Amino acid sequence: MSNSEKASVGRRSFLKGTVGGAAALVAASHPAPAQQEQAVRSATAAVVTEERDPSPSVEVLTADRPGSDFMVDVFKALGFEYIFANPGSSFRGLHESVVNYGGNKSPEFITCCHEESSVAMAHGYAKIEGKPALVLAHGTVGLQHASMAIYNAYVDRAPVYTMIGNTVDAATRRPGVEWAHSVQDAAVLVRDFTKWDDMPVSLQHFAESAVRAYKIATTPPTMPVLLVADGDLQETPMRAGERPHIPKITLASPPQGDSGAVAEAARLLVVAENPVIVADRCARTPAGLKLLVELAETLGAPVVNQYSRMNFPSAHRLNQTERSRTLIGGADVILGLEVWDFWGTVNNFRDQLHRTSRPITKAGAKLISISTTDLNTKSNYQDFQRFSDLDVSMAADAEATLPALIEACRRLVTDQRKRAFEERARKLAEAQQAAHQRMLTEASYAWDASPISTARMAMEVWVQVKDKDWSLVSNNAWAQRLWTFDKHYQYIGGSGGAGVGYGAPAALGAAVANKKYGRLSVNIQNDGDLMYAPGVLWTSAHHGIPLLTVMHNNRAYHQEVMHLQRMANRHQRGITTAEIGTTIKNPNIDYAAMARSMGVHGEGPITDPNDLGPALKRALEAVSRGEPALVDVVTQPR
Amino acid sequence: MRMLMTALLASSLFAQAPSASAPAGNAPNGRKLFENFGCYQCHGREAQGGLGTGPRLGPKPIPFTALQRYVRQPTGQMPPYTAKVVSDQDLADIYAFLEAVKQPPPVKDIPLLNR
Repeated sequence: MSNSEKASVGRRSFLKGTVGGAAALVAASHPAPAQQEQAVRSATAAVVTEERDPSPSVEVLTADRPGSDFMVDVFKALGFEYIFANPGSSFRGLHESVVNYGGNKSPEFITCCHEESSVAMAHGYAKIEGKPALVLAHGTVGLQHASMAIYNAYVDRAPVYTMIGNTVDAATRRPGVEWAHSVQDAAVLVRDFTKWDDMPVSLQHFAESAVRAYKIATTPPTMPVLLVADGDLQETPMRAGERPHIPKITLASPPQGDSGAVAEAARLLVVAENPVIVADRCARTPAGLKLLVELAETLGAPVVNQYSRMNFPSAHRLNQTERSRTLIGGADVILGLEVWDFWGTVNNFRDQLHRTSRPITKAGAKLISISTTDLNTKSNYQDFQRFSDLDVSMAADAEATLPALIEACRRLVTDQRKRAFEERARKLAEAQQAAHQRMLTEASYAWDASPISTARMAMEVWVQVKDKDWSLVSNNAWAQRLWTFDKHYQYIGGSGGAGVGYGAPAALGAAVANKKYGRLSVNIQNDGDLMYAPGVLWTSAHHGIPLLTVMHNNRAYHQEVMHLQRMANRHQRGITTAEIGTTIKNPNIDYAAMARSMGVHGEGPITDPNDLGPALKRALEAVSRGEPALVDVVTQPR
Repeated sequence: MRMLMTALLASSLFAQAPSASAPAGNAPNGRKLFENFGCYQCHGREAQGGLGTGPRLGPKPIPFTALQRYVRQPTGQMPPYTAKVVSDQDLADIYAFLEAVKQPPPVKDIPLLNR
């Protein structure tokens, strides 16, 4: 048999042929029901016997061109650099094609220890690289594990591309576990918080849907997508001469604000005496950061960074984040750029027995929003926040709209307004300096305390990384306040959905992306978050991903400690029991030992602040060799 | 970040004024109570304040009467500590702890804060 002939006989056609033959045997004899049952059993037995003792002249056991090879061609065409995955039999065909047919390069298989970590790694990767990586997972149990991380990516408007294995044809499933791992509509589990999904039934269908999914995921609002790779489609050989077409990949231009609305926004901003620009998920790319600087300088307007993205240089004189409340309270025009929670930005909410709220803006303040949230809002999950009273609302991508808005503002700025803007900017710069000094003073309190203050920890790290090409791949409030950020990759924002278990894998995914640029990735890591999926430490060591992890180890799920305390106080009882069920003590976890057990350089636990600097230095030496390292710092709560 | 701003605003209100006449308190016991009653959760174990959670309380706390009034009937986000669960003497001990918190060195004398 030639290769092409051999390839044309697949698992599916072989099994269908034998079962069909058995059915024909039954039909020919027209037996009574009892006899029919017996005949089916006999026919089944014949098939089983044949499978146990196949005739070499009939049975085809090998194939040269499985469908999964073509799927890998599609992956390469899409430019995936990495696959983040925990292995699973429902995508065994794809897995084998990736590592053998594809040579395990572009994409490279990164072994993850939990599907939630796989997705969060892809989330962190996308934040740095600006494009999706691929996640592979089982269609049932894998996707169930992955679902929370997909939700985080959905809320964070991050392009995460997940592909799951599934065996739709019940007649070809292996008995037992494969049935438990198969599902009629796999994507329904996450359809409420993905932008698009599909279940292709042919390779041509697969190619088109794979390209479509990529385009949809990367068109603002960028969001997660899901594609089902059917098990039979993966494993069935391609027909002789079959060459499905991979469509041309042309990404969509992001939607820009309507010209009339842009002109109105510009008019309001230029005539405003106290405008404020609030940026949340504004800077999708490095260009977004530069454009926001341009807009702020054109207007001499203060910028408040809500830190879901690296929107604005921290030391720029118009960065007035520290004065957010004062400025918003006194503003006559507020421009919100991809602001997730506009209502919460302009209202004060009080979490007491009777929940109350009040506006913090002055009467008549005009609110302008540019946001892609208006282009894709679903009903079930309530991440869209409370409805806000807006005066101008553009359903558009903020970054894409900024050039037109800047130009529209410039056209309206007279020499008189320009002088007023310069004077405003000068006063803002003075206020920023004063706020910075207050911030340093606040940082000095508990400077020598043990447990170590979080401000001290942030500055001990900063002094050792500031002269390197660093990237903070985590959230940390003191670092945000005290470090100097001026590059887009230096900060990646948060999880989006606040689902715990994001931090460690997202940091590692970002570090994977940073590796090829030679950047130093720094992760200030919460202890409770790491304990969701500590296997990421092993992944970092196994794949040699340089990453400095500094544990913010307050030995608690501290947010929950405070919530329990609030309830106890409200009920006037048990105010000393808030640590029951909320802390991670007794025994204390030795994170350095845990790291070492998985091949990661480990330091600590560090309780004396004077020991922290030397421990960080040793850890950074390991990172400079291309290794991951962890320093366990026992800290104050916040 | 919004919570952080609120905390900073509050911090300037809380730990600036000189301490007025306060009932006698036991500072070591006050430190224990500060931990046991969960004050540390939002304000830090040294009362230095927590980002986004609660303002700095010491050293130089606000007058005792103002602190007591706020603890019993907070007007912001802080949960109330009524007399049913925290006695006036407990508060006096906590206040003594806040008064005993040491002033940190000036920022100019902390090299890491001058880089």
